[in-house]
Amino acid sequence: MENAWIIPLFPLLSFLFLLLFGKRFKESSAYVGMLLTFASLVYSLLVLFERFSSPTYKQEGVWLTIGDVQLTAGFEVNQLNALMLVIVSLVSFLVHTYSKGYMHGEERFPVFYAYLGLFTFAMLGLVLSPNLLQTYFFWELVGVGSFLLIGFYFYKDEAKAAAKKAFIMTRIGDVGLLIGMILLFWQVGSFEYDAIFAAVAAGEVAQGMITLTAILIFIGAVGKSGQFPLHTWLPDAMEGPTPVSALIHAATMVAAGVYLVAALFPLFTASDVALTTIAVIGAITAIFAASIGLVQTDIKRVLAYSTVSQLGYMMLALGSAGYVAGVFHLMTHAFFKALLFLAAGSVIHAVHTQNIEEMGGLWKKLRVTGPLFLIGTLAISGVPLFSGFFSKDEILIAAWEGGHPILFLLAVIAAFFTAFYMFRLFFMVFTGKSRSEMKNVHESPSLMTLPMIVLAVLAVVSGYVNTPWFGTFLGDWLVEGNEALGHGHVEGPAWIMIVATVVSLAGIYLSWLIYGKKSLSRNWLGAQTLYKVLYNKYYIDEFYSMTIVKVTKGFSHFLRYIDTYLVEGIVLGVTAFVQTLGRLGAKLQTGQVQTYSAVAFIGLAILMVIFALTGGYL
Amino acid sequence: MSGVPASAFLSLALILFCIGLYGALTKRNTVIVLVSIELMLNAVNINLVTFSKYGMMPNITGQVFALFAMSVAAAEAAVGLAILFALYRNKKSVNIDEMDAMKN
Repeated sequence: MENAWIIPLFPLLSFLFLLLFGKRFKESSAYVGMLLTFASLVYSLLVLFERFSSPTYKQEGVWLTIGDVQLTAGFEVNQLNALMLVIVSLVSFLVHTYSKGYMHGEERFPVFYAYLGLFTFAMLGLVLSPNLLQTYFFWELVGVGSFLLIGFYFYKDEAKAAAKKAFIMTRIGDVGLLIGMILLFWQVGSFEYDAIFAAVAAGEVAQGMITLTAILIFIGAVGKSGQFPLHTWLPDAMEGPTPVSALIHAATMVAAGVYLVAALFPLFTASDVALTTIAVIGAITAIFAASIGLVQTDIKRVLAYSTVSQLGYMMLALGSAGYVAGVFHLMTHAFFKALLFLAAGSVIHAVHTQNIEEMGGLWKKLRVTGPLFLIGTLAISGVPLFSGFFSKDEILIAAWEGGHPILFLLAVIAAFFTAFYMFRLFFMVFTGKSRSEMKNVHESPSLMTLPMIVLAVLAVVSGYVNTPWFGTFLGDWLVEGNEALGHGHVEGPAWIMIVATVVSLAGIYLSWLIYGKKSLSRNWLGAQTLYKVLYNKYYIDEFYSMTIVKVTKGFSHFLRYIDTYLVEGIVLGVTAFVQTLGRLGAKLQTGQVQTYSAVAFIGLAILMVIFALTGGYL
Repeated sequence: MSGVPASAFLSLALILFCIGLYGALTKRNTVIVLVSIELMLNAVNINLVTFSKYGMMPNITGQVFALFAMSVAAAEAAVGLAILFALYRNKKSVNIDEMDAMKN
């Protein structure tokens, strides 16, 4: 555990190495990336197992001394960090492996692996950070990595726009995080998590200030995790290569927001207002994104909205003081969502389209991907015995115990929607008859299916580390030695589990009736307007471009006029003045020596006259 | 010689100098300009000799200095005429107005 700092350095090494020598390695640069991330994974697992039996390890060194303030840098291995290390490095390794098959034939293959390395480094560094400042560094580095990866196909205009959008939208959130961070530093005098928690617990910070900083930091998480007002970048980010979607939208970048809230949980629990804000935003996001997911036709976009929705779930759990539920769902979601994205990538790889209207009947053609996708779908839908079931159950209990009946209701409806649209996706892609000409539909190479199989196993079994039936090992371990995080397991009413099961099965059944058996009309929504509103994602993008973008553009036009006419006018005036002066001076230089000497003589004469008139005294 | 007052010598020098200056500044022919410069030099020489005789502390230095000035002027005239020859070969003219290579 003393050497945990080396974990992020493996991907960094991969990044630097491939940046320098990638061109020479061509496609075998994948092995460099795979090997180094595998080293990270092994080391992360070792750290996790060591952490089971030993206390939190923290090591820091003084980085800067400014006056009396010492800024430190180091790393910390607590329960949450150790868990995140394993999740991130595992998914990253699997994505590295998968990409070897998926990106085959790509011209900029080594660059892709270099970017993957950078991104993994940033994320692993983020989860090891023991203070806010360091977190912020890696936080921004994650943003850079995602920008590069989403915009990987930079020759496509959509990808370029999506990369910029992702970067700008998350930056808006980051401003909140930065301000919150500075305010906390001003109040506490330290960026250290421990120092902040101690100060908050000792009541050294005013209640209003705690609420303010907590909400500001949460805004950072909102941007990164695609929560409601800033969620629009996430579906657009699907323009990146599919393995990237699996990495960014399942285990890493979007999880960073949830991780941040979890890491600063003692701060948030000190303010009821902040917690309620998180819960409300989470619940709104969950139901809002799920309802959009109902009608989307792009396979990756459906998954993107389901990611937004599931992240909303996690925020809801954290906001309802369900620390364990949130982190638990973060873990299970990382596995099954990565599985779903990779499986979707495998489907896209096979049929070369992302439109589910054009797919269908792929079950027989994709004998491996199909069942794997089904496992992921079952897990995310919360079908009993799959991992999603247990974590979603925890969240529902947390929401119920948190005392927000409306939020609980929203969560249940969102669960119903989730089951419905995920199975809509499954039925439309894998059952029925192919709705368009499909040539050369073939199963993906084993290099791509193996990572999916690993994830599928985890999507099934990862729920069993924390169940009401076989013990709440994960929950107890996560909160061990830290009362501020709440209880390892919250006993909820038994009917919640039944409700969750019934709701998800009902969603699946309805979906089967419409898209499987086709006994119900597909125009079940009836009202065309509602369908249109959902299909156009509540016109949020349009709303933003009508308001914020327009205002900003108008303002920048105004500034441009100031620049062209005022600033540039002054600059031009100065140059014109100097040039005129120079031209006048040049005119004096006639080359006529006689003129020069005449002028010199006249000058001398004038001087002499002055000299004579003043009598030698001047 | 002693009957002539110093002011007469100085006036002569002044007149010579003014004529020389006028010629140097107004004549178009470069040879005339050079001659005018010689006039100005000689005016100075007269001053030097006058003050060596009628100055506050009369001594021989002024006359020696005038001799030096004459020899330097001779050398200068030789060099000046040589440059003028070179210019003439290039421009086929000794008109000073056309010698404006330092313009602008």
